[in-house]
Amino acid sequence: MTTAFSGERHITRFSRADRVLHGLLMLSFLGLALTGMPLLFSTSAWATRLARVLGGFAVAGTLHRVFAVLLIGVFATHLARIVRRVVVEKDHSVLWGPTSLVPQPRDLADVVQHFRWFVGRGPRPAFERYTYWEKFDYWAVFWGMAIIGGSGLMLWFPELFSRVVPGWMFNVALLVHGEEALLAVGFIFTIHFFNGHLRPEKFPMDIVIFTGRLTEAELQHERPAEYARLQASGELGRLRAPAPTPRDVVVGRTIGTTAVAIGLLLVGLIVFAVITH
Amino acid sequence: MAIRTIGAALLVWALALSYSVRALQRPSSLPLPTAAAQSAPAPPAADQPPGNADCFGCHEDDSTQRQNGTPVVVKPAVYAASVHAGLGCVDCHQDLEKAEFPHPEKLAKVNCATCHEEAVAKYKTSVHARARQGGSTLAASCVDCHGSHETRSKTDPTSATHHLRLAATCAKCHGNAEVIARSGIPADVTKQFADSIHGRVLAKSGLVVAPTCSGCHGAHDILQPKDVRSPVATANVPSTCGKCHEGIALQFKAGVHGQLLAEGKRDGPACQTCHTAHGIQRADQAAWQLSVIGQCGTCHAERIATFRDTFHGQVTALGYRTVAGCADCHGPHEILPASDPRSPIAPANLVATCGKCHENANANFVKYDPHANKHDAARNPVLYYISKFMTVLLAGVFGLFGLHTTFWFSREVRARRERLRTTDHKGTA
Repeated sequence: MTTAFSGERHITRFSRADRVLHGLLMLSFLGLALTGMPLLFSTSAWATRLARVLGGFAVAGTLHRVFAVLLIGVFATHLARIVRRVVVEKDHSVLWGPTSLVPQPRDLADVVQHFRWFVGRGPRPAFERYTYWEKFDYWAVFWGMAIIGGSGLMLWFPELFSRVVPGWMFNVALLVHGEEALLAVGFIFTIHFFNGHLRPEKFPMDIVIFTGRLTEAELQHERPAEYARLQASGELGRLRAPAPTPRDVVVGRTIGTTAVAIGLLLVGLIVFAVITH
Repeated sequence: MAIRTIGAALLVWALALSYSVRALQRPSSLPLPTAAAQSAPAPPAADQPPGNADCFGCHEDDSTQRQNGTPVVVKPAVYAASVHAGLGCVDCHQDLEKAEFPHPEKLAKVNCATCHEEAVAKYKTSVHARARQGGSTLAASCVDCHGSHETRSKTDPTSATHHLRLAATCAKCHGNAEVIARSGIPADVTKQFADSIHGRVLAKSGLVVAPTCSGCHGAHDILQPKDVRSPVATANVPSTCGKCHEGIALQFKAGVHGQLLAEGKRDGPACQTCHTAHGIQRADQAAWQLSVIGQCGTCHAERIATFRDTFHGQVTALGYRTVAGCADCHGPHEILPASDPRSPIAPANLVATCGKCHENANANFVKYDPHANKHDAARNPVLYYISKFMTVLLAGVFGLFGLHTTFWFSREVRARRERLRTTDHKGTA
């Protein structure tokens, strides 16, 4: 096993814009979770303390809205970039094909094959640029933005929305805002962390989302179909990049560790609240 | 000035005369004790009752003591300052009127009823008197509250029964852990009272309009709260508090809680149910307003549970008062059902009630259910089914990915072990 990055050839996986957007997504998501969870588990002793640490309910509420606006901004920026690629740059690979995040028939086959591999009944599937679980994470954000974002806006401006929707919709909005938040927080802080960082092959973490690069060997091992396609088309050479600097690595690890630590702490608090409720 | 003094002396004298029939027969035995104490003691004549001077002859001396060594000192100055200063010692210690001197150590119990007939008659109905009849030596008798030779009028600011001092007097027993343990009386409530709005107003602001113990419990005829005649029996509490808080008592009695109480239903709350009996706090303090929500919940369990599921319930549970608690919508005292058109939660009043916080509330807005129950399909059908859907969604996602993760984890652990084993093999080969 090699730990030195400099000695190996590196390939660019994420553009700078994608990495920045993911960073802001992390920041807003963690902020929303931290400022929202005290309310969802308001009868737990830690909720009172956390709310106080955050500067009280009013400050936590304001921060929650600030992070919400940031997240909506990140989401809108991402959508705008997609639209530009499709409409302006006429890059339809976003919508369909091996590099698209839209689920492909092969994803279903990958799920089946992955489970076969889990139980030792076949080789590991040859994944493409985005695996089925990564696509699930990606689309979960869309679902979450619609449900949590929509209900959040309703709860933010109830008097305004009440011109259109009946009052009991705010009961529904609060319920789905909380339940969906629980789903998102629980999913990101356990499943996503495990898939991306904590499973034995990646442990303690994969910093490709922070540095944007991974080694050629990693790419070949994790996404053989993508590697083969890039090699065949000659794109591989174009994607070659210098190894991330030691500073980039330290920064990436620091951000990743902090996020994982906050996330796992919140999961612990949630589990505690659910058990002691 | 001199005329006034003489006048006051005459008044005391006249009062003393009227109190004691015996004194009438021997007006010469009523000189001012201080004056008498100054004169040298002379043994009283056998056929004449002893004067106060005769008594002080021995009892003002610090060395006067019983056989067991306990002092039996009565300082003339203390007695002179007491409300009974105009009386002769034998007016109370009547058994000494004809006694030989030095008189026996054990005297007959002083009967306060000789003069204070009404107060003693009331006392005899009290929980204190009954405990004494039951053999208690700890329960308060007259002297435990009023003192003996030093007794002062309750209007005297130095009196143990003065309005500003009475709580401390009651606390001698009711705040004494040993007395509480030995006599089985209720746990110490004196500290709660001292911290309460009533206690603080008395102690810090010196306001005598605030009640002290006797304001609610009565003085001589104190009864246990379970006694229906007690002013602190649940059914009587609104009237007792209403002696001062009349406006609130009227509102309370008009509301459902007051009606329950009036109907003799024991499950209805009275003032102390929410405000506590002794630790009453200012009702305009956020901390108290938040804690009383829990009080409502002790009876209205389903209502508090559904309230806690709402934004109002969550924020108040976190300890912030910026959103509505029970009383903000239902009112604090005159609580009425939604079916009563006077109720703030009557359908016609909802826009105004919600509008107290939500400025632009409209008819659509007030269709919000502040006690929505996601488990109640009849009351909140949409919420019920969406809640079910969310449960299935969460269980499905966590279930499937939990399974996925578990399989994946074990597979990678196995893969790593295999890899290590092969490298090990190569290394040793």
